[in-house]
Amino acid sequence: MNKRQNLFKGIIKENPVLVLILGTCPTLAVSTSVMSALGMGAAATLVLLCSNIVISALRNVIPDKVRIPCYIVLIAGFVTMVQMLVKAFAPALDEALGIYLPLIVVNCIILGRAEMFANKNKVLDSAIDAVGMGAGFTLALLLMATIREVLGNGTWLGIEIPILIDNKISIMTMAPGGFLVFGILIAIVNKISGGKNSKKSFGCAGCPSAEICQKAACGEKEEAK
Amino acid sequence: MTKFLIIMLSAVFINNYVLSRFLGICPFLGVSKKLNQATGMSLAVIFVMLMATAVTWPIQMYLLEPNNLGYLQTIVFILVIASLVQLVEIILKRYIPSLHKSLGVYLPLITTNCAVLGVTILNIDEGYSFAEAMVNSLGSGLGFFLAMVMFSGVRSKLEGADIPKAFQGLPITLVAASITSLSFLGFTGVIENLFA
Repeated sequence: MNKRQNLFKGIIKENPVLVLILGTCPTLAVSTSVMSALGMGAAATLVLLCSNIVISALRNVIPDKVRIPCYIVLIAGFVTMVQMLVKAFAPALDEALGIYLPLIVVNCIILGRAEMFANKNKVLDSAIDAVGMGAGFTLALLLMATIREVLGNGTWLGIEIPILIDNKISIMTMAPGGFLVFGILIAIVNKISGGKNSKKSFGCAGCPSAEICQKAACGEKEEAK
Repeated sequence: MTKFLIIMLSAVFINNYVLSRFLGICPFLGVSKKLNQATGMSLAVIFVMLMATAVTWPIQMYLLEPNNLGYLQTIVFILVIASLVQLVEIILKRYIPSLHKSLGVYLPLITTNCAVLGVTILNIDEGYSFAEAMVNSLGSGLGFFLAMVMFSGVRSKLEGADIPKAFQGLPITLVAASITSLSFLGFTGVIENLFA
């Protein structure tokens, strides 16, 4: 895989949100407005870039058995830095993202990329992967936020849209709208990809606890065997 | 007493962690297929939420804040929760094997569950006292339990339904979650009027 493919795979083919189905919680939560979606995307991308570079650089140093705790500490450190930066330079964004800013720590995309990519690849490749995945995350958030803000609030990035502004479907910016828009988007992605990538079950492949999760979910089947 | 009741009820119904705050979506979608798994997971979440709050609240109030280390909150909380879960798992395995057998598989998953980290941070952000924080954690856990159990019922209905191909699997689950979440919107304003 060359560097170009590596960069662009995160945006469409392996889009973390719509294809790999990672980072569902922040996607649903902050896509109520375009502004907070962009802020969340930028913050998560920055954390992902830093963590991918450092984890990739340290991949031969960190013992395999304790890698997950090491990654979590590194990621939490970067999240704290981003949190302080946002608090200092963009207090309005801090207000909008609220609890979801510190919760980037448990965003599966970041731990997932560390586990799936950064601990096996060189520093430069990992950095490119992080930029691609971050861009994919941001674009998916932007898409969802655009749909929700335009339909639910009649605005886009605060710009009023004629006609729609008088006919708000406010449910779109509330919780049910988030689930609905996300469900429909994934269905569209399934349709376009011809069901090749469609997830029959909930995709936790990128989640470091996937193994245990599947054991828990399929425990009964295994016992039956 | 009324205050505790308000915190409790609003955590269960109005600010339900899964359906209105979008925390803990992964287990909500991943483990809600069967009722017994949903119950096991939710009980483990309630348990860990209470334990995590009981440990992180004193750490924040008596260790971090007096030393002006409030900015370390995120990193300290995630580490404390992760090690706590490990510790609980070891203790359960050694002393209460029956409980470990039913909850054990879910415990490691909860380490990176945003609902647990979320509840500990929210308790601090809201400025709750220790008792209020514990009540809020219990309420949040119960809210999670309610959402999981309700949703596993909804999903068992979906199993036999004839669904368009593109919507099979995750998309229809999300649409169902949307409708479940819609039903919870009905509780908005109920609590304020109840105790007005």
